[in-house]
Formats: sequence, structure tokens, C-alpha cells
Amino acid sequence: MAYPDDLRYSKEHEWVRVEDDDTATIGITSFAADELGDIVFIELPEVGSTLSQFGTFGVVESVKAVSDLYAPISGEVLEVNEALRDTPELLNSDAFAEGWIAKVRLSDAAEMDALMDADAYAAETA
Amino acid sequence: MSVAEPPGRSDPSGRGSAFSGATGGSGLTIVEPLIFDASRRERRAVRFPKPSEAARAAAAGQPELPASARRRGAPRLPEVSELEMLRHFNRLAHLNHAIDIGFYPLGSCTMKYNPKVNEWAARLPGLAESHPLDPAQLSQGSLELMWLLAELLKDISGFDAVSLQPAAGAHGELTGMLMTRAYHRDRGEGEQRTKVLVPDSAHGTNPATATMVGYETVTIRSNERGGIDLGALRGALGPDVAALMITNPSTLGIFEDQIDQVVAAVQEAGAIAYMDGANLNAILGRFRPGEAGFDVMHFNLHKTFSTPHGGGGPGAGPIGVSARLEPYLPAPMPVLAEGDPAEVLANAWALRSTPGARFELDDDRPKSIGKVRSCYGNFGMFVRAYTYIRSNGSQGLRTISEDAVLAANYLRVRLHDAYDLPYDRLSKHEVVFSGRRQKREHGVTTLDIAKAILDHGIHPPTIYFPLIVEEALMVEPTETESLETLDRFVDVMHGIAEQAKTDPDAIRRAPTTTPVGRLDEAAAARRPDLRHTFRDETEASMA
Repeated sequence: MAYPDDLRYSKEHEWVRVEDDDTATIGITSFAADELGDIVFIELPEVGSTLSQFGTFGVVESVKAVSDLYAPISGEVLEVNEALRDTPELLNSDAFAEGWIAKVRLSDAAEMDALMDADAYAAETA
Repeated sequence: MSVAEPPGRSDPSGRGSAFSGATGGSGLTIVEPLIFDASRRERRAVRFPKPSEAARAAAAGQPELPASARRRGAPRLPEVSELEMLRHFNRLAHLNHAIDIGFYPLGSCTMKYNPKVNEWAARLPGLAESHPLDPAQLSQGSLELMWLLAELLKDISGFDAVSLQPAAGAHGELTGMLMTRAYHRDRGEGEQRTKVLVPDSAHGTNPATATMVGYETVTIRSNERGGIDLGALRGALGPDVAALMITNPSTLGIFEDQIDQVVAAVQEAGAIAYMDGANLNAILGRFRPGEAGFDVMHFNLHKTFSTPHGGGGPGAGPIGVSARLEPYLPAPMPVLAEGDPAEVLANAWALRSTPGARFELDDDRPKSIGKVRSCYGNFGMFVRAYTYIRSNGSQGLRTISEDAVLAANYLRVRLHDAYDLPYDRLSKHEVVFSGRRQKREHGVTTLDIAKAILDHGIHPPTIYFPLIVEEALMVEPTETESLETLDRFVDVMHGIAEQAKTDPDAIRRAPTTTPVGRLDEAAAARRPDLRHTFRDETEASMA
């Protein structure tokens, strides 16, 4: 499977898109959404809360299982995707765009080095 | 399944086909509407007499509920005759699948047969009609039974003391972790110990319990053999760790063969070693967790000790503890106030009472975490579990575990050609297959396989758990199934694996012989419709 080239990926199946110098958007990958099956609920982080890289920041519930969300990078939550509260299926149908989870202010851009590029992630999930 | 709707008769309205409010079906098949649909205004099962003058006069002087706490109108409940109600629930019962009807290998749940002698004992009038608030001198038999059950559980588990109070396995976990917190606080380490370690092969309730008690959970990964990674455990242990919660045998059905090193490392760090005893059915008479150094464990009477499980509960989750946690046990505790314990036990095994023995409830436990359940726990379950233990005896309990382990290993060996087995080791009471080969090669998922099993009148195994196994299919046959039943299950599973190759679409359409086909689980979870509209309300809104 091919994954978007402009994103970075974590082993826990989250993605990051750097928007400008200090903000980024995060979400879960289409691979994660497919593995989870139909997602029925997401517990979003609070705006203003602080994420730490690879720490838990929310919960996603599918018809199969309840799973923790692990932050791919550290930073302050600036905005969350409110649409997911009523339509969590966006995570299944459009994980890399409409299904974004949060926008964060990056606290350490160097953390991106701990993440994979699209090819490495594709190899990881093959 | 003989009580199913024939295929192709599904009803797009979702209200049940071929009838309008009355019970339906064709011949001996059953299609049952909601009881709301059978409701007719003013129909009654029981008509109460008007209160007498004397009753009214007596009530007149009583304080009333404040207006804010009173309903303004009567709730609208289904209105049916007694016979309609009886038929409704009997017909639903016919649609049910239970261990008394067929094979039920639901992994992690130990859906074992509940011997009927348990029910006989629970219905003995002296036990069934005893009241929890009867004074101790009128409840000696009930108190003795609770004391004896605790003694038996101590003997089975190797712990120093047992409380019967918790009402479920997770409730037992909560009780154990509250005691863990009390223990650390008592030693002045409450502030410092903030973490609970949980292996990734643990029951999901373990991290949930730790979180409920206010601890941060840290996940410890499994090694490639399905055991705990000792290096990762040692790395995570420290003065900030309150406890390790370990499910043993694990949810992979594997006994932790480094358990001595695990317990030693936890104790060395000053932490409490909690064993989730939900899988005790695998190790009765073979392994005593208290003896191995664990500090606390919960029992699931509704798993290992054959009290009803699932809708037929309630559950019971007693906890056993080591001497250092004993002061914190919930109060009250049934105790032998007068008499020699050894003599009372010897007499009880010989079905004799002991003259002069006196039992009471001990409330004088200053370090106790307090009550965790109204009265003393689910007493009816104590009677059943006690009956089960006594009717099997110690050799019988050991045989139960041996048979449960043998059955799981039989299925492992017979099915491991057809399904992947990520941890191909000797199993305990359950075995975890993976449907990944079927998914990759034929596009048939574990969910599809589970649905196909339904068409053979068998309850499917647990699926997609444990999470560390892809497309998991978790089978726990328990000890009570005959070789013929196990062989039939093997045939069914081989048949489905074969059909996945030749006709995968048929499996993706399953089940076809059940009252309803595939339910839209996602829609049900995303947009639950939990309030039923009465037929006349629907008609009124359409008019």
C-alpha cells in the first residue's frame, strides 16, 4: 500500500503533517483504521493540553476493540477535529485528510527524526 | 438451530416479519417482536385491588416524597396479559444459546457447565430463605458456609486470607488494588508509588482497574514466546511502582514459566504482586499463587467454580491475600469466634456440625479498606461454589484442570494445520489461533469465520482478543465437553477453512440460519436507538 509522501509515521500508526514552522496536524493511518474496523467513538484530547511524544492522548473505539492513541510528536493542542465526535467514520473513510484528529504547536521539531517516511512505514506494515 | 427464522425471510422494517404485534414465525420457528409491539392500552397481567380504607388511613399519616422526587405521570410500560408476557420471555429463552443447549467455547470466559447439584443446594430452604440482616445466632449455618468456602479457597490458592465480598472479577481487582494503595500509604510510600505495570497479554480490566484506583499504567511487552519480557519488566520496576498485575496463565493461554523470577523481581522492588486469577481453571491442584509469592489474587467463582456466568449471574470475585495485605481486607469478615478450626473443618468434611462452634461477623478491622459490597457479597453464589468444590473434592478439581488443558491442547493440535497459531506452544485452558491466513489468501476475516460457526449451532470463540494476536480466534473448550463434541467442532472449523478457499462469499454472507443475519454493529454503536416508540405513537405521528 502507498502512503502520502508528505507525512511522517510512527510505529503506533499515527501520522504527522508539518504545516509550517511550528504547527503540525496529526491523525491515525489508514492501515490502523482498517485494522480497527468500523470506528464508533473517539475520545479527543482537550484544546490546550500538552502531548508528549509516544504518550497516550486519547482513545479510539471500534466494533472490535478499544485502543489508545499515541502522540507521534510532543506539543500543545491548538485545535481538534470536532467533526469526529458525530462522524467518527471519517477516520475509516479518509484517515489522512477529513479524518485528521488534532493540530498541535510543535515543541521540538527534532522529534520528527524519530518517525518514519512513507516508504519505511509501508515496509513496516507490509 | 431449530428455532431460527428460515433464510430469506428478513424484514426490511426491522420490526420482525409476518406478524403485527403477536408472536410469529412459521411452524415451530420463532420470530419474536419487542414486547412493546405487543402492548395494548389497559391490558394487564395483574390487577391490584383498590387499597382498603384501613390501608389508606395508615398511609395518610406517612411522610410523602417531596414533589421534586415524584413523577408527574405514570411511566408508559408495555401492557400485556400474563400469558403474553410468559410466552414472550419463554420464546426469547428459546432463541438463546447457552451451555445447556450447545458448545460454547468462548475464550477467556470459561463458559463451563454449571452442574445442577449447585442449584439444588442453593434452593435448600435454610440457605435460600436466610436473610442477610438476620442476627448471627440465627445465621450460624450461612456464616459457617462462608467461612468454609473461604478456607477452601485459601487451600486451593495458597493465600493466607480470603474475602468473599467482591461481586465480580473486576470488582475483586478493584478491591485488591485499593488494598495495595492502603498498604503503600500505611508504609508512607503512597505518594511515591504511582505506577502499575501490566503486561500486554493481560486482561483489559487490569489497566482499567489500576486507572480507577488512580495509578498510571505502564505496559510491559511480551517476548516472542508469549511470556513476559523479563528485561523490560526489570527496567520498568523501581521505587515508583506500586504493583505488577499479571494474568497467569495469560490471555494467550500460556503459563508464565518465569513466574518465580517475575515475583522475585517485583518483591525486590517493594511492589505488590497481583495475579489475575480469571484463568485459574487451568491450574487447580497444580499451582498455588500464594505459595509462589503473590500478594493478592481474585477468583472468578462464575468461571472456575461453576456459578452462572453471563446473564444468569450475578458474579462473585473473592480475593485471596498474603499476610502483609490481610489487615486491609474488606470488613466484615465471617470468623470462627469459638471452636477449634481444625475440628470444625474435619467435621464439615464428614458432613457433621461441631457442637460449641460459633461463627460471627468481625467488624473490628481498623485498617480495613471498608465495605466493598452490600452485606457480605453474593451469598447464593457462595453456596453454589462451595457445592461444586465439595462435590468434586481436591482430586476432582485437579482432574477438572487436567481435562480443560487436555481439551484445549487437543483442539490446538487438530486445528493448527488449518489455522495459524502465532504462539505454537503447549497451551493451558485456551488456545489462540489467528485467521490471518484466511484473511490474506481468501479475504475471509475472523469475524466472517465466527459468523459462519453460528450456522453450525455453536457459539463462536472470542474474536479479536487478545489484541497482540492479529485476527485472533480464542478458543476455550473447558473440561466438560465430550470427545465427540470436540471432534464436531474440529470438523466444523476444517469445513469453514476449506470453504474459505472454494466459496469465500458464502462465509462472508453467514450466518443464514439465525433469526437475524449480520447486524450493522457500527450503526448500532454510532447511532443507538434505545427508546422504543409504541405503535400507536408511530401511527399518530404519521397521521
